[in-house]
Amino acid sequence: MPLPTGTFTVDRFGKLITSTVSQSFPEKYVLEIGEAVIAIFRQAMEAEVPLTEITLTFASLKITARELRGGAIVFLSPLGLGGS
Amino acid sequence: MADRHKILLLDDDQDLLDLYREMLSQLSLSPEVHTASSGARAMALLESEPFNVLISDLKMPKMDGLQVLTLVRKKFPNLRTVVMSAVTDEQFRARAYALGIDLYLEKPQSAKELSFFVECIESLLDKEVSGGFRGVQSKSLMDLIQIECLSQNSSVLKITNGVLEGRIWIQSGDVIDAEAEDLTGEAAFQKIAGWKTGSFETLPADPSRPRRIMSSYQGLLLETAQAMDEAESGKNSAVSTNGEAPGEKNPLIELGRIPDLEFAVPAQMDSGKSLGQWGIENPDQVSAWCADTFKKCNEMGERFQWGDLKSFEGTGTQRHMSILPHEQTLLCVGFKKTLSREQVRESMKKALSKWIS
Repeated sequence: MPLPTGTFTVDRFGKLITSTVSQSFPEKYVLEIGEAVIAIFRQAMEAEVPLTEITLTFASLKITARELRGGAIVFLSPLGLGGS
Repeated sequence: MADRHKILLLDDDQDLLDLYREMLSQLSLSPEVHTASSGARAMALLESEPFNVLISDLKMPKMDGLQVLTLVRKKFPNLRTVVMSAVTDEQFRARAYALGIDLYLEKPQSAKELSFFVECIESLLDKEVSGGFRGVQSKSLMDLIQIECLSQNSSVLKITNGVLEGRIWIQSGDVIDAEAEDLTGEAAFQKIAGWKTGSFETLPADPSRPRRIMSSYQGLLLETAQAMDEAESGKNSAVSTNGEAPGEKNPLIELGRIPDLEFAVPAQMDSGKSLGQWGIENPDQVSAWCADTFKKCNEMGERFQWGDLKSFEGTGTQRHMSILPHEQTLLCVGFKKTLSREQVRESMKKALSKWIS
């Protein structure tokens, strides 16, 4: 599976609003990432550590997400071999 | 005291904290003013560095002011404490005084009241001395014993210094016995006399106590003064300014010394169980959230072949947060919002290395 790159926004119900993510990365997976991100924001709020922006750094991908009225704008950036 | 006086302000209202900090920073003594918006944060700060005065609100969510004061009185008996509250109920006032606070002030409502508040705190700082026993400010333990003996009193002085406790029996103006740790008689008296700070209370006389100290109180005090003079050169007081006796410390306190670190919670990655906490009131909730987040992200990373989650960084309206994994544990740390992301990363590296070590 290719590493996704691009930006997408989801509303509070996890519905995809806009996306620049390549179609080689299936939409259902984009939605899955969106749901995971929204859940992180919601659960952080429930744990009384409210967050408005998160950065998840995996070995080969960085996900940055900003909370948008219960939804989120999500940036997907593949990391080079050197990482960053 | 050569160092600047340090004041800790505790209130859940950030605007008030900023206002009081501004006012108190302008005192002629130029005190260092720190703030905490929760009881847990205040306790963490008190554990990490010595303070002279704690000014606390009473009504706060979770740990309220009375709970904080109860803990403070137990752990830092020499810390001057001031309650500043909008609560005018006499019952609260009485309860606060029963906990041994120094002052109970109503929250200032006007410029005049604000000025009065500042004057009260300045006066309290003026009275602050390197030694001195709570209850009779600026008096040493030797002064207290002398007063009791000159007054021909019969009483038992119970002296508390952190976790240490000692008793001195006075019968008709004579010191007849003392007890501290495993010591009795003159040895115990000398031991207690070596405590530079502490709190004391006068208990009813105990005429049945056998006499173990035969010296007159004058002779005893003279010997003690000489011994203290000799010991002074060593300057090795075992008591911190907060009056906390040495002993087991929260290992996370070391993390608390990192500038602008607000809280730290290590957690077990698999169970989400908190492995301790510094500066936070709901460590179990936060550690469970950290573990759950890492678990779900790792599952996602495995499924999409992105690899494991290496780090989690978050920013909120109140603070920055960072979570780093180490073997089977996670370290979740909160930092002040004023830090840049780069500073957060640097501080987080320090925190993790301290935690691992």
